[in-house]
Amino acid sequence: MKGRHPALVWVGAGLVGIALLALPFALAQAGTAWVRITNFAILYVLLALGLNIVVGFAGLLDLGYIAFYALGAYVYALLASPHFGLHLPFWLILPIGALVACLFGVLLGAPTLKLRGDYLAIVTLGFGEIIRIFLNNLSQPVNITNGPQGVSRIDPFRFGGFDFGKSETLFGLAFSGPVKYYYFLLAMMMAVIFVTVRLQDSRIGRAWEAVREDETAARAMGINTTNIKLLAFAMGASFGGLAGGMFAAIQGFISPESFVLVESIMVVSMVVLGGMGNVWGVILGAVLLSFAPEVLRYTVEPVQKSIFGKSLIEPEVIRMLLFGLAMVLIMRFRPAGLLPSAVRKRELAERKG
Amino acid sequence: MDIFIQQLINGVTLGSVYAVVALGYTMVYGIIQLINFAHGEVVLIGAMVAFSVITALAPGGWPPLMVVAAGTMVAIPVCMAIGYGLERAAYRPLRNAPRLAPLISAIGMSIILQHLALLVWSRNFIAFPQIIRSEPYHIGGAIITNVQIAIIATSVAMMAGLALIVYRTRLGTAMRATAQNQHVAGLMGVDINRIIAVTFLIAAALAAVAGVMVGSYYGIAHYQMGSLLGLKAFSAAVLGGIGNLPGAMLGGVLLGVVEALGAGYIGDFTDNWFGSNYQDVFAFMVLIAVLVFRPTGLLGERVGERT
Amino acid sequence: MSLLLEASGVSRRFGGVQALTGVSFSISRGEIYGLIGPNGAGKTTLFNLLTGIYLPDEGSFGFDGHPLSRLKPHQVAEAGIARTFQNIRLFANLSALENVMIGRHVRTRAGVLGAVLRDSATRREEAAIERRALELLEYVGIAARANEAAGGLPYGDQRRLEIARALATDPKLLALDEPAAGMNASETLALRKLLERIRADGTTILLIEHDMKLVMGVCDRVLVLDYGERIAEGPPGEVQKDPRVIEAYLGVPAAA
Repeated sequence: MKGRHPALVWVGAGLVGIALLALPFALAQAGTAWVRITNFAILYVLLALGLNIVVGFAGLLDLGYIAFYALGAYVYALLASPHFGLHLPFWLILPIGALVACLFGVLLGAPTLKLRGDYLAIVTLGFGEIIRIFLNNLSQPVNITNGPQGVSRIDPFRFGGFDFGKSETLFGLAFSGPVKYYYFLLAMMMAVIFVTVRLQDSRIGRAWEAVREDETAARAMGINTTNIKLLAFAMGASFGGLAGGMFAAIQGFISPESFVLVESIMVVSMVVLGGMGNVWGVILGAVLLSFAPEVLRYTVEPVQKSIFGKSLIEPEVIRMLLFGLAMVLIMRFRPAGLLPSAVRKRELAERKG
Repeated sequence: MDIFIQQLINGVTLGSVYAVVALGYTMVYGIIQLINFAHGEVVLIGAMVAFSVITALAPGGWPPLMVVAAGTMVAIPVCMAIGYGLERAAYRPLRNAPRLAPLISAIGMSIILQHLALLVWSRNFIAFPQIIRSEPYHIGGAIITNVQIAIIATSVAMMAGLALIVYRTRLGTAMRATAQNQHVAGLMGVDINRIIAVTFLIAAALAAVAGVMVGSYYGIAHYQMGSLLGLKAFSAAVLGGIGNLPGAMLGGVLLGVVEALGAGYIGDFTDNWFGSNYQDVFAFMVLIAVLVFRPTGLLGERVGERT
Repeated sequence: MSLLLEASGVSRRFGGVQALTGVSFSISRGEIYGLIGPNGAGKTTLFNLLTGIYLPDEGSFGFDGHPLSRLKPHQVAEAGIARTFQNIRLFANLSALENVMIGRHVRTRAGVLGAVLRDSATRREEAAIERRALELLEYVGIAARANEAAGGLPYGDQRRLEIARALATDPKLLALDEPAAGMNASETLALRKLLERIRADGTTILLIEHDMKLVMGVCDRVLVLDYGERIAEGPPGEVQKDPRVIEAYLGVPAAA
């Protein structure tokens, strides 16, 4: 990539930037709902990028990733809602949430990261379930999480008099709440992309690659593999926690329902579909899969209704079937994903004896 | 004390179901080092198919035992077909791929099976027809029902049958040889593909029976029941030492007992801070603890990490 | 010449098999020290004990004036021992250059913050890593293949790349596990020149090798293992004539 048509690259990036900046106003024409859907898609992109550090860079399969999202969301909800009567500012809670998620990531990772990959997958899955079960039940005898009812009336982002929950007009343009969040999320996404791309092409990123490729050789080269894996795990967890906090604020309501196993698996499939280890592929995977249910709602539903007179199969079920099918087919026919990272591609295409 | 015995009885019952499911995980893992993530869904399909057959036959006035047996007899081949299909479609093509690939494929298959079950049997809880009347027997102050006795007896019979196959037949010898060293077994004339397929078939048949047992024990089934059950059974297999058949049996029963006793006593131990709704946590705690402190499990010799 | 490595009474069992029994030897700075013996004599086990992959049941290693006991593999590398593997273990999907750059990990420092901010110190370090890696590729003679995937290189080049990667850790002792395996005569000759050059540039070498011509030609001293025991040590010319060595290799007592 280096030095190839730099001018052209900048022009392209500029065009994409302008399109991204103008996007919410175009979407608002179709309805504010689409801006919201886009916001959630960006949240998934953030999650997928975080998980990509763990799965794609360091080669560790984490099936309980959504637990870190949940931790971030609950930290935000509990510190900024009437539940405890606390209303701390978002710029303080978001980092706290990321930190808490990171801490749990280290607590889980420190003893388990020496395990072989598939065991780690199951342990993380179990961890995800444990977190959910606790969120569901920690309403007694002291009400911490409010149990299955979840936490509601969560504060939106506020900065001085600037309230992300309200609409206002600036420079003659109408900024609704979701549009404001869109710009915030966009900025976050850019930051996360920046961080991951730079990490990948660094001493740390190379150490992750080494661990992914051959742990024994990595150790013999002087890499402290336990620490470097823990670093990937902790960074992935923090990104998950950060995204969780934003989710809580945007949604205004959270409950354990939002953090079930299927969500973890969804994020994994985004990473797998897009191409493990390739930042742009992962973004593509997340965007495709998070818009899928909406697209299905607007295509499969009317088709079914016109043929059978009613909806036989819910779009949600079709989506899950497609997810499952995609995971099986991609592993079989395109194991490196839609946009393979150059390195991964060689590894997965190769038949190890 | 009565509560203790009662929880013990319940734990052993549930534990023997875990053991039968755990055998499926451990056999497949032992032979191709794959966590068959979709195994729990095979159990689910077994329960659902049996449910449909039993519901259809229940009004016919046949003896209840025959109805349940018929349900099981239909569930077994259906599950075996699914198990075989899983291996052929999702795992065999990936046998030489990097380790994570078949696991991801397995997760995909588990999602597919779960949602196919949803399409066929709806997303609601399904009540098994109570055609076998539950007869309680008293042991001191505790109660054991005929259903519990039947479940324990069936499990023991299944395990004994499996042990006979694995340790006393030519097929079993070939399976053990393949588990030891696929390459060498192949050189000695063992048809590896056939042995692996047979392993999946046996595991699936066990899963079908386990499905029927779970359905009759709880009296209900649900399209999501497979994943949790599967996860617990996998934990049981790891507890016993993955790849080790006696280990899976021991691990299953132990896990069932730990869960039942844990759920029964957690309130007392924690001053009622935690209640029996934390029951599902125990399996995962056990799993994590075993993997951290004794990754080879109770009876296993395999080392967690190979270099 | 001062001592660099000293092994005293190193033993290790695997299950019922005694892989090594009380092996002692010492290597001086600047030596090329050979380690030979029939298959299964315990050579690779000795390597794995030395580099911290296994722990010895008894005995210990002293390296550069410090005990090596209980160090983890990455700490051994940090202490200054780098190794190659009998069955080449490159990062097959990374480029040759990246492989060597990873070898620099242990001698460099940049962390997450440096990676993200790319401050001038990090940029300098990164440039130095790349420069040193290129130098080393040049040194072993495969600079032209810097950007090819390591796994796709010809066999002999993969062996050289492994040496370059090991050298990137700035080792005091370079431990090579059968570097000539699978090489043809001209490649082996080039390897011999490379080993001599490495030694001349100040790195001590411990060499497991089956190619007797190479061992006899390049090593200052040779240690012979058989069934996990030390049966002879000395200059190649002497060891070659040792009746126990001949017996170990030929399987019959040498005619007196």
